[in-house]
Amino acid sequence: MRYLPLTDTDRQAMLATIGASTIDDLFVDVPEVARLDGPIHGLPMHASEMAVERHMKALAAKNLVAGEVPFFLGAGAYRHHVPASVDTIIQRGEFLTAYTPYQPEIAQGTLQMLFEFQTQVARLYGCAVANASLYDGSTACWEAVAMATRVTKRKRAVLSGALHPHYAQVVKTMAHFTGDEIADALPAITPDPELSGLIARIDEDTACVVVQYPDILGRISDLTPVAEAAHAKGALLVVVNTEPVALGAIKSPGEMGADIVVGEGQSLGVGLQFGGPYLGLFAVRDPKHVRQMPGRLCGETTDAEGKRGFVLTLSTREQHIRREKATSNICTNSGLCALAFTVHMTLLGETGLRQLAAENHRLACIAADRLAKVPGVEVLNNAFFNEFTLMLGGKPAREIIRDLADRGVLGGVSLGRLYPGVEALEHALLVAVTETTTEEDIERLAQELEASIKETV
Amino acid sequence: MNAPNKSGWKPEMQVAESGFLGGPVTSTGNRGLMLEEALLFEIGRADVTGVDLPEVDANAATRLGGLARSNPIGLVGLTEPETVRHYTRLSRQNYGIDLGFFPLGSCTMKHNPRLNEKMARLPGFADIHPLAPQSSVQGALEVIHQLGEWLCKLTGMPAVAMSPKAGAHGELCGILAIRAAHEARGDAREVVLVPESAHGTNPATAAFAGYRVEDIPATPEGRVDVAALKARLGPDVAGVMITNPNTCGLFEKDFREIADAVHAAGGYVYCDGANFNAIVGKVRPGDLGVDAMHINLHKTFSTPHGGGGPGSGPVVLSEALAPFAPLPFIRQSGEGEFYLVEEENREERGPSFGRMTAFHGQMGMFTRALTYILSHGADGLKQVAEDAVLNANYILRSMEDILHAPFGASGPCMHEALFGDKDFTNGLSTLDVAKGLIDEGYHPMTVYFPLVVHGAMLVEPTETESKAAIDQFITAFRGVVGRALEGDEALKQAPYYSPRRRLDETGAARKPKLAFEG
Repeated sequence: MRYLPLTDTDRQAMLATIGASTIDDLFVDVPEVARLDGPIHGLPMHASEMAVERHMKALAAKNLVAGEVPFFLGAGAYRHHVPASVDTIIQRGEFLTAYTPYQPEIAQGTLQMLFEFQTQVARLYGCAVANASLYDGSTACWEAVAMATRVTKRKRAVLSGALHPHYAQVVKTMAHFTGDEIADALPAITPDPELSGLIARIDEDTACVVVQYPDILGRISDLTPVAEAAHAKGALLVVVNTEPVALGAIKSPGEMGADIVVGEGQSLGVGLQFGGPYLGLFAVRDPKHVRQMPGRLCGETTDAEGKRGFVLTLSTREQHIRREKATSNICTNSGLCALAFTVHMTLLGETGLRQLAAENHRLACIAADRLAKVPGVEVLNNAFFNEFTLMLGGKPAREIIRDLADRGVLGGVSLGRLYPGVEALEHALLVAVTETTTEEDIERLAQELEASIKETV
Repeated sequence: MNAPNKSGWKPEMQVAESGFLGGPVTSTGNRGLMLEEALLFEIGRADVTGVDLPEVDANAATRLGGLARSNPIGLVGLTEPETVRHYTRLSRQNYGIDLGFFPLGSCTMKHNPRLNEKMARLPGFADIHPLAPQSSVQGALEVIHQLGEWLCKLTGMPAVAMSPKAGAHGELCGILAIRAAHEARGDAREVVLVPESAHGTNPATAAFAGYRVEDIPATPEGRVDVAALKARLGPDVAGVMITNPNTCGLFEKDFREIADAVHAAGGYVYCDGANFNAIVGKVRPGDLGVDAMHINLHKTFSTPHGGGGPGSGPVVLSEALAPFAPLPFIRQSGEGEFYLVEEENREERGPSFGRMTAFHGQMGMFTRALTYILSHGADGLKQVAEDAVLNANYILRSMEDILHAPFGASGPCMHEALFGDKDFTNGLSTLDVAKGLIDEGYHPMTVYFPLVVHGAMLVEPTETESKAAIDQFITAFRGVVGRALEGDEALKQAPYYSPRRRLDETGAARKPKLAFEG
């Protein structure tokens, strides 16, 4: 077996040193009933690299690759071009095969990178402090709600109806067990987000109000009034962002008064990967909230010779020190995805991120204009960044999506899939456009969409 | 004192006041191949980018609803060559398995095969969207299904939840399933029992799920105190969380008896599977009465740790807990088509406790783990467990003459050997030994965990190490331990040869500086 260096001669010599005659002498504490007499049934025997590669490639070939067709899916996972050097760097063994930096003297590479990552995320979000990552945007969203309940000592969270339904589901799942009260709603299908209704739901018992920006329908609006309303009632504003590239074009949540900003970082460096691993981003605007944050934090310090160095810090918040009193149970987070994000963000810089955002928006505007001309299609949004909602005539959007896939076009995400049973959203299609989209792709989508709708009318 | 002679240590280390090995101080602070590197925010520029994109057209019409950014973000950029050099230099300040022996107990730092990386990057896996029509991603769903089936076979359990994102998230999944099962029969239980030797994630998870946590003591031989546990069982106890093999590196030989007692009292048994690598292919936890167990794909199945994740924590479940598994999960239709059970068709599978994460779990880790399992096969996985246990026992028996092994008399260890600092002199501690090992070119073992042993040192070699590599480590480890036994003052200042000397962690926490200012 190519991964196992011990030879049978080694094994015999080592058993002799130990004073055991067979390997099974070392498993003597396993009760008789639980000992297996041979390899487990139902699994194949070991295989060569070539044979394994053949098996995996056959499975991969059964999938329709996003990069090979006109592709318009978003809804919390976006397809962006990742520069080649990002993957080269994250495959360096010193990053790839390191552990959480518990021994800082020999982990400065990971630690300095995390310090840079925290700084980039904090600035992007308009916040003071970001942590060293969580699993993904949806779990970060729950962590934000949990933190808000600790800070305010209240147990009620108000969710915007236009929060990603998966995120809302995660929050509701967890709140059921923690005993927190979640007030959620369905999205109002309007050209602009309905903020007045959201504001009306904030009361004196509210720990936080959770708003997505841009929202699940791709809409954007100034959240300052929500922040003011929340603060007036002693509640926190949690802003969720699933597309960090948008923040190269639009105001940061921190600028609008968000107290906690969380999001998905997958757009930068990480890739689609069928949903994971992704990268949870978590930041707070006010440094006084740092000690209530979940997850790892990297901080600057000095070593015994006075040189600058970095360590994991404020770990008395964490499970390995605080056990049942920890701010979160998280241990392993998304370190390597954070590295990918940081390298991509470093390549972009202020200039590149703004250019990337502008290019996304330019192409999205072209797509919205072209698709609006398709008979039976209406663009819902007044404002958007790189994703918008189409209201379709004819069949439900879900069927049209399947039809488009059969025609070799991955045309978007049907909101019917995300909101099962909500009739008003059955005909809504969410279309995302990035710098990877070409004008030919847009034209192809317009034509196939027209054909698909026509077939049913 | 005899120990230093026995260990073979020769006290000949010389350390310069400044400079390196008595050499001159350099003007750059660099030491040959060991290069200092400034922070990104000190070398990057706002007007530099390493990506060629169209210039922003300031006159272009936008539909940003009046929210166009007016203030600078505060980011800086580097060109591609600068970026590659910056992060390459940083990487060289890290220790990784690729570089050397990394015996971090309980963390399972085994070789990360590069075939796994290559397979995860096939566009058919890496470049597909989680919400793509299911007919267009049948191969991806099949990967998850196949890996899930094999995890069930390896654990002897009937069901698996694949979506948890890491070990602690898997614990949460298992505990939520237990709570949902109790709730479903109207049985409000409030307490989860956790041994005092448990990973910190166990009590944190139970508390996060709304339970009160109570400790169970350990016996002098390093196992769960079965009598104490049984005495505490009752109608308020929802379940137990027990790590097996445990964090002292021992197999809980009374696990079946514990499980039966917990079940008889109406509770469920959560097994922390962090140490499954010691028994994979040899023992099936399902045969021991487990109701739920997470599997760290980044430990047992070698997906890379990446400097702190991403991990992946699928949870195998018993018949009793399976109906409560989180959404989504994958099924196969009569026609052989794979499909997801999500919110819209959840009735298919009864009272799921809901969704724990957006999308379907750590696909990138599934492809790597499946590749690893295919490479090893049933025979290779059994050998993995045997070699890991053999290596750990070899270290235990090669060290216990000079280093206190609190449970050395309890019989063989499993995949990791546990030591304590009882015999160190002159105020020397486990931390000093760890830092001394850094100078010898090793990543230290896990220190001060588990909490049940004073100055714990938990050494986990894994199956990855050759006999020669382990022999060399034992020589170095004996040397450093010998210095601690003898009370060598110089060890208190170690490490001397790492990119940084000991760092001021107290200062870092007292005045936290968590982002670059300027």
